Amino acid sequence: MASKPPRYSAAGLLTKGARGQTWPRVWREVPLQKKYDVVIIGGGVHGLATAYYLATNHGITNVAVLDKAYLGSGGSGRNTAIVRSNYLTPEGVAFYDRSLTLYNSMAVDLNMNVMFSERGHLTLAHNDSALRTMHWRAEVNKLQDIDSSVIDPNEIKKLVPSLDTSNESRYPILGALYHPPGGIIRHDAVVWGYARGADHRGVEMHQKTEVLDILVEGGDGPDGKGPGGKVTGVRTSRGDISAPIVVNCTAGWATLISDMAGVKLPISTRPLQAAVTEPVKVFLPAVVVSGSLHVYVSQTDRGELVFGAAVDPYNNYNIRGSLDFTEGLAGHVLELMPGLSRMRLLRQWAGLCDMTPDYSPVMGFTPVEGFLCDVGWGTYGFKAGPVAGETMAECIATNSTPKLIEAFKLERFAAGNLVGEKGAAAVGH
Amino acid sequence: MLLVPCPNCGPRNSSDLHYVGEAQARPNPSEATPTEWREYLYMEDNPAGWLRENWYCRSGCRQFFTLERHTGSNEFRNPPMPGNKVGGKA
Ligand SMILES: Cc1cc2nc3c(=O)[nH]c(=O)nc-3n(C[C@H](O)[C@H](O)[C@H](O)COP(=O)(O)OP(=O)(O)OC[C@H]3O[C@@H](n4cnc5c(N)ncnc54)[C@H](O)[C@@H]3O)c2cc1C
Ligand SMILES: [Zn+2]
Repeated sequence: MASKPPRYSAAGLLTKGARGQTWPRVWREVPLQKKYDVVIIGGGVHGLATAYYLATNHGITNVAVLDKAYLGSGGSGRNTAIVRSNYLTPEGVAFYDRSLTLYNSMAVDLNMNVMFSERGHLTLAHNDSALRTMHWRAEVNKLQDIDSSVIDPNEIKKLVPSLDTSNESRYPILGALYHPPGGIIRHDAVVWGYARGADHRGVEMHQKTEVLDILVEGGDGPDGKGPGGKVTGVRTSRGDISAPIVVNCTAGWATLISDMAGVKLPISTRPLQAAVTEPVKVFLPAVVVSGSLHVYVSQTDRGELVFGAAVDPYNNYNIRGSLDFTEGLAGHVLELMPGLSRMRLLRQWAGLCDMTPDYSPVMGFTPVEGFLCDVGWGTYGFKAGPVAGETMAECIATNSTPKLIEAFKLERFAAGNLVGEKGAAAVGH
Repeated sequence: MLLVPCPNCGPRNSSDLHYVGEAQARPNPSEATPTEWREYLYMEDNPAGWLRENWYCRSGCRQFFTLERHTGSNEFRNPPMPGNKVGGKA
């Protein structure tokens, strides 16, 4: 196997500075070629991880990752970085657990400090039905050896003293699903780490290269696109590229790309908003999620509180955000932690999410030969980046669907075999 | 907040309404195959541009109606048809 990307060294930086030498770029900028073995559309964590594992695990290095903007400009640079594996379906649990394993060795594998902090993850229940779902999830999790259990308000108070666990609150906390291996990570470092690792093995990253069309021959639809067709390449803002394999890793833009190939996806695009406060002394040791109150909170190492909620209530490609969202969010945070009422919000932002009917992704082959998808990541896809990259690379290299993503095939919608994860992924991303 | 032009109540906050999704013709229940039903249930157009969509005026006149919205600028066009009962997915 090829060597790892080099370690960063402070001594090297100082020596180079003193001698007036150049400090190498994180990834190369090379001319765009006319032909690749694999073209990956979308330079988020999914596209980059797929490229990295194609090169690392399968020796496929004639690969280009194209992004219309910059790497990490989509959801991968906008998410709230929650990583966990306490899902609801056995298929989901096995899949996300593999991602957690890859995250655990990532800093070493990529020689990049990704600041993974396994600080524990709490999903609060404020009513009987939520508590029942927590028990259900805990039992599914335990069967697959995931550290996950339901705890009572006293234990919650011990873990997170700032939470109002009294009976006096408007929605008293009845219990929580506690998942000690869950936590947060530095999402930018993950994106750059995969880009650097892929670059080290010869993959090319092309930013500001927008895909305008997918070239397909022999399909049933207009222009020879659609089912039965075969991909021949892509048309970009910088010219045509031929490639026998084209992978759609464009999350919120997924249907715009798949429409270009004549492939219909069960995806609608919704913005997800988040906000961050001014920094304060660290007081919140775990990630806290409340589905009933539509809010989640974590504290960064710098002391800022990061807040998020559920997606906007209608389809949209506009990421301006809205005041009513911020207002609702603040109200919900105060239900949980009344002591925060004087804290100031610093920033608010949004990213596009590719929502599927069952809150599970769409992965693997499509009815157009050579056109693959790794989309449908909704509000929960950052944590899946490593395992999705690993399995998509295997899918491409072996031309068969790996077992871990068998359940996430596009065909499941026509067959009616949905993988319902709403209970584990609607608010707690 | 997005103001949705309800044909009966006039402009209302979107939080008063329920977004149903793309306006699609419902297949005939006595003839549709399971695959057709699932296509209707799960597949939606998701353009970055004009979308014909259904809304339900939950806290107002409690009618369903169809209108066209631009999914980038959030403008509405073509005044909706009042009383056009379309039904649809929740
Ligand atoms: C506010 C927020 C909070 C979130 N919180 C979490 C969380 O806590 N945990 C979690 O696991 N997930 C979370 N998510 C979801 C997660 O961010 C996404 O699922 C994930 O980042 C998707 O990664 P991706 O690589 O598939 O897509 P993206 O990172 O969105 O990348 C897609 C890329 O495709 C490019 N592209 C689009 N169209 C074209 C084109 N025509 N040509 C070329 N390039 C194109 C875009 O420029 C973009 O860079 C959150 C999302 C948001 C918005
Ligand atoms: Zn009305």
